[in-house]
Amino acid sequence: MRQQVRDALGSHNFNKVTIDRLILAVNEAAMNVIQHGYQFDRSGQIWIEITHKDNDLVFKLTDLASTVDQECIKSRDLGDLRPGGLGVHFIKEIMDDVTFLEDCNRSGNVLIMRKKLDSSCLK
Amino acid sequence: MQYNTTENAGYKVLELSGEVDLHYSPQARKQILDLLNDGHDLLVDLSAVEYIDSSGVASLVEGYQLSKTENLKFGLVGVSDAAMQVLQLARLDKVFPIHQSIADVNE
Repeated sequence: MRQQVRDALGSHNFNKVTIDRLILAVNEAAMNVIQHGYQFDRSGQIWIEITHKDNDLVFKLTDLASTVDQECIKSRDLGDLRPGGLGVHFIKEIMDDVTFLEDCNRSGNVLIMRKKLDSSCLK
Repeated sequence: MQYNTTENAGYKVLELSGEVDLHYSPQARKQILDLLNDGHDLLVDLSAVEYIDSSGVASLVEGYQLSKTENLKFGLVGVSDAAMQVLQLARLDKVFPIHQSIADVNE
């Protein structure tokens, strides 16, 4: 998955740090689905859609796992030194906007992560 | 991910390489905790780490905490750019003892 995201981003003019950070954020989001949504069920599926329009890069992650209680995947205070809770912090630090959508018509979750691109993101 | 353990300057040195992600971090965690539980001062060499995510970082935090409770020395060595980026995002670059090389550890 990381390589596919890297390939998709690699066709643009983004610098290495930006690409590495975006891959980390997408990976962390997918990890949350794998751990909390699918509970490590390897048959679970995740769809990742990346849209680049003007200065916005949007990552949409869709899964069919049970709806996740967002309280379970909160970011933690970085002053509180403990092993867990860093993934959500990474996502919020890297992305400019993170929205979790619930679809009442079917099971599953949709996560929208938006990154505003500026000159610091480019080579 | 691959790992190798050596001994240097009175420390066990755990060299991690490749991708320390959700799939492999349990192995890294086990190696770190086993070495500390055996009473060794520990350096984790991250110079060949190409990718580390929150699960890998969590293994390092757990090791650091165990070293504190067991009164053992713990540090990171030769942190690659990729790993340093992630440690900085977690603000852990100011928490872990970080050495450029093993030669720097006892200076």
